[in-house]
Amino acid sequence: MAVTETTPSPEFLASMRSHPTKRLRERLIIAALGLAAAVSLGTTLAIIVVLVAESIPFFQDVSIREFLFTTDWQPLFRPVTFGVWELVAGTLNIVLWSMVIALPIGLASAIYLSEYAHPRTRRILKPLLEALAAVPTIVYAYFGLTFISLGILKPLLGDTISVFNALAASIVMAIMLIPTIASISEDAMAAVPRELREGAYGLGATRLEVATRVVLPAALSGVIASVLLAIARVVGETMIVAVIAGQTPNLTLSPLETIQTMTSYMFQVGLGDAARGGVEYRSLFAVGLLLFLMTLSFNIAAAWFVRRFREVYV
Amino acid sequence: MATAPAPAATETRLQATGGVARRQRLSRWSRYIFLGTSLLGVVALVALGVDTLINGAGRVTPDFFTSYPSRFADQAGLRSSIIGSIWVLSMTMVLVVPIGLGTAVWIEEFAPRNALVGIVKLNLANLAGVPSIIYGILGLAVFVRFLSFGPSILAGALTLFLMILPMTVIAAQEAIRQVPDSIRQGSLALGASKWQTVWGHVLPGALPGMITGVILAMARAAGETAALVMIGAFAFIAYDNTSVRDNFTVIPVQIYNWTTRPQEAFRENAAAGIIVLMSIVLTFNIAAAILRERFRR
Repeated sequence: MAVTETTPSPEFLASMRSHPTKRLRERLIIAALGLAAAVSLGTTLAIIVVLVAESIPFFQDVSIREFLFTTDWQPLFRPVTFGVWELVAGTLNIVLWSMVIALPIGLASAIYLSEYAHPRTRRILKPLLEALAAVPTIVYAYFGLTFISLGILKPLLGDTISVFNALAASIVMAIMLIPTIASISEDAMAAVPRELREGAYGLGATRLEVATRVVLPAALSGVIASVLLAIARVVGETMIVAVIAGQTPNLTLSPLETIQTMTSYMFQVGLGDAARGGVEYRSLFAVGLLLFLMTLSFNIAAAWFVRRFREVYV
Repeated sequence: MATAPAPAATETRLQATGGVARRQRLSRWSRYIFLGTSLLGVVALVALGVDTLINGAGRVTPDFFTSYPSRFADQAGLRSSIIGSIWVLSMTMVLVVPIGLGTAVWIEEFAPRNALVGIVKLNLANLAGVPSIIYGILGLAVFVRFLSFGPSILAGALTLFLMILPMTVIAAQEAIRQVPDSIRQGSLALGASKWQTVWGHVLPGALPGMITGVILAMARAAGETAALVMIGAFAFIAYDNTSVRDNFTVIPVQIYNWTTRPQEAFRENAAAGIIVLMSIVLTFNIAAAILRERFRR
């Protein structure tokens, strides 16, 4: 069939152009979608404005020097002092011990899933581990207090450990973090090219040697990213530490003692509504600002490492 | 060993010795060591489930769902916190569905490819990492105090909405990106406008993934405690909520309350509350998993 080229009639061209009111409607829809996207930008802006604006009056009462360079946090009893290091030490205590527990378990899970597991085992094991990430933190808090602390640690260690202690909090925190470390590390290991593994096998390496001396070093930036993300979650986690680790500011890295983290201090202030507007209420935002900056830096560093392993292999 | 019979019938087996044998043995053992360590997470999950069931199953009775909180552990129930949770979560969903999905559609389909959209994306990634207690003090300063909503359902829903917005958007973006470009090009080539293409062809394809993301985000919101305590959802509520300006409490906050009571008897209530909460969260997660499996192409 021959195709003849014809000039379209003006009426036809006009009908092809969309109707002006319809075009206006579409513009409005797109504008509304853009407005929705602005909500998330507004949220960040609001967080920064609230944290800074409410911290300024706090720092008029309490010098930044006292806040950052003294080590006594005693906002409830006279003489009140606001040396935030006692709370930061509480947070670091939990970060340290939860990582000591979560890193080997998370890494071993990632290595097993990526290098050893039969696809069938993997299909069962992976969702089970990921279910740990879906458990609400108040559930972990209950489990840590009743089962880990009162049920296991207290009978085992007796008077050497407080009822409210950093160890039980770190243990349940570590359980919560296994999927975070395992799944991101496993992603990074899966991105390591087959040729590297096959080259090592060809030279006579065993499976263990391939996993620990070839795949693990090649996936190192992903492993680091998973640890940084996990640390950001520990720093920001509230319920586990508020229920299990106690409410006593304590400048110690010992896992056996009662401590208070930045988040559990904030939670404690949130529970009581007596001092709204007082210096205690405003200290909430100063501690919140520090917490926000800490989690933000860990998250940004993690994102940097994730980008790195993606760039190298994918 | 020169006593071997006909050489043709011998089965030759290479057996490693010395250092090589040791390395191979180590490698064989390592499988079980890694497997055993991976199972620790599963063991913890099972211990958590069994411990809660043993302590709480006896308290999950019809009365437990219909009684208000009480000073007496055996008379206390979840009624007001279930009603509070339903109010807050429905409002949160009403907010997060249009705004979360709208944001994702705008970023993926309409946003100009310039620095602005880069900032919006980077910002979402960072917001997803902000701890929930920070959203709590944001809600306290903005909704409870500045806008004078008080510790109400409205303030709680707005706070939870901001908290789960980033994860909803990121999941929806993922779903939109799964729709192949050929579908868009086909629609545009047949004369459909940009919006008709998105509404008629991209959204139906992306919908299962988007809904999965919303369900998972709602599961997060259903289990959130810290942010809601910060905005003041810690009141003793012995009535049914009837308006968004009411004070309220939710299931996880009620569990927190029971967990930290000094009397042993309240721990049973906490365990029973956890059974209820975990059933809700598990239902959400299983629904999301089924949806994802069914529409995987």
